[in-house]
Amino acid sequence: MATATATGSRRLGRLERAALRGVMVREIVNFSSFWRSSTFSSTIDPTIYLLAFGFGFGSLVSTVAGYDYIDFVGTGIVATTVLFSGAFPAMYGTFVKYQFQHTYDAILAAPVDTEELVTAEALWIAARTGTYGCVPMLVAVVFGLDPSWGMLLVPAIAALAGFGWATFGIFIAARSKSIESFSYWQSGLLTPMFLVAGTFFPLDELPTWAQVLGNVNPLFHCVELVRHAVFGFEGWEDVGHLAFLVVFALVAWRLAIRFMERRLIL
Amino acid sequence: MSLVGGGSPLSVNRQNEPEMNHTTGTAIRLRGVRKRFGSLTAVDGLDLDVPFGTCVGLLGPNGAGKSTTMKALTAQVIADEGEIEVLGYRLPGDSKQARAEMGVVPQLDNLDVSLTVEQNLLVFAHLYRVPAAGRKPAIERALGLANLGERRGDKVDKLSGGMRRRLLIARALLHEPRLVLLDEPTVGLDPQVRQELWALIDRLRTEGVSILMSTHYIEEAERLCDEVTIMSHGKAVAVGAPRALIAEHAGPEAIEVYGSPARLTEVEGEAQTRGWRTRRTGTSISILQANGTTDLDGERRVTNLEDVFVLLTGEEIS
Repeated sequence: MATATATGSRRLGRLERAALRGVMVREIVNFSSFWRSSTFSSTIDPTIYLLAFGFGFGSLVSTVAGYDYIDFVGTGIVATTVLFSGAFPAMYGTFVKYQFQHTYDAILAAPVDTEELVTAEALWIAARTGTYGCVPMLVAVVFGLDPSWGMLLVPAIAALAGFGWATFGIFIAARSKSIESFSYWQSGLLTPMFLVAGTFFPLDELPTWAQVLGNVNPLFHCVELVRHAVFGFEGWEDVGHLAFLVVFALVAWRLAIRFMERRLIL
Repeated sequence: MSLVGGGSPLSVNRQNEPEMNHTTGTAIRLRGVRKRFGSLTAVDGLDLDVPFGTCVGLLGPNGAGKSTTMKALTAQVIADEGEIEVLGYRLPGDSKQARAEMGVVPQLDNLDVSLTVEQNLLVFAHLYRVPAAGRKPAIERALGLANLGERRGDKVDKLSGGMRRRLLIARALLHEPRLVLLDEPTVGLDPQVRQELWALIDRLRTEGVSILMSTHYIEEAERLCDEVTIMSHGKAVAVGAPRALIAEHAGPEAIEVYGSPARLTEVEGEAQTRGWRTRRTGTSISILQANGTTDLDGERRVTNLEDVFVLLTGEEIS
């Protein structure tokens, strides 16, 4: 618009730090009032899975795909934690904030655009998944997983995958008319993804169709990348896993923004 | 239908002198704004001006398009047609800059209820980009304005409705905006609480803040607004200072005639034959523009904005 330049009016850019920080400050201040319950569920859940599968199945099978079973599960559950502490808070949190609390109305009346709102919310969830994702791994260390330098990369992998799941969760919330319709996504998509990801059993033993499905499951690539970070990278294969997670995060991010805009801007 | 459409010569001329608008002209300027939701036309060719330093009321019954208009000013509603300029910025393109310089008090309470009063203000001090050094003073000033200093540490869900509304207003003032949008600021509040808020809004007005306030309370508009725009079915049906509109449309005095329904119908007919305008008020007939006529037996009262509204739109305001 020629007029905008003629007036000399500043046109604020996209994805400004001030806007991202403002939205994240809101989340952090809110988190200070519920971090206990959130941390409890995000850490106890995977620990229970770890112990139940590790000792339950572990008594039946000692090694899987060349790993001690506790090592196999202890690294696999990192990805599960990322899924649970990424997608679910994003789905429910987003829905509650726009539908019930009208928080997003307030934020969008301030100098924040939908793109910044979605990005900041997802970044904050990614920071949390990066932290919570490490918990089951640390618990597994207590139960015999050998520490390795590669473990230092796990928070970054968990944060990247967490950003993808968070934006995917925001996308689901933006598409849903009611909170009840989350059931379709949960039972129809997230639960199968959770099971066919190579967390509790390797995909190699499954029928071909299940292996194909596993390969388009972001959770599978997160599981593999975490496992290889801990036990040793496998070259190009891991570049592929990383690339898949990056593409997943980018696509989910843009979808979340597009559908939230449809929801929030009339 | 509005005569001033999106591409009229008038708006083109105005575009060529944007500096004027920025400093001396209008805080808000709408021309031919139209917004449809499916088959419903919520705003139908609306023109609206809020000169700097004035308080303008957007008056109308529920469904007149007030809230849609308010949302269009923050680009939370994107108009299908027409021009919107806020603080000299063209919307929706430059809306973020406009939002940075204005404060918005929403109709629906969207405070963070699990946070304290002070935390709510802190969050919005960040969202409104108050510089780090200015945050603490800004929060103190806002607490003072809202008279909530003593409740700063209380969670919002412990506050009364009036306190929450004061906090909503204070939240919109953290960055000392030049323009404040108030969407139904006193809806659902007790009369005493409403008066407290009026005092707060009046204080802003005297400090030179430009205000656009939507309301369906006549008294509120009459007391606070320099000018009102009466909306009906998405259009502006009258614009002007409250007293001027009353004088123009309703005359100085109304005669209120009470009686049985049959008697009221009779009076109505009689008034119409004499060329006076009437309105029903439920229990009575108000005869307007019957200046100096005394032969009708009724109570004389001062005319008000509600008379104007009903005359112009045929609609009652709650």
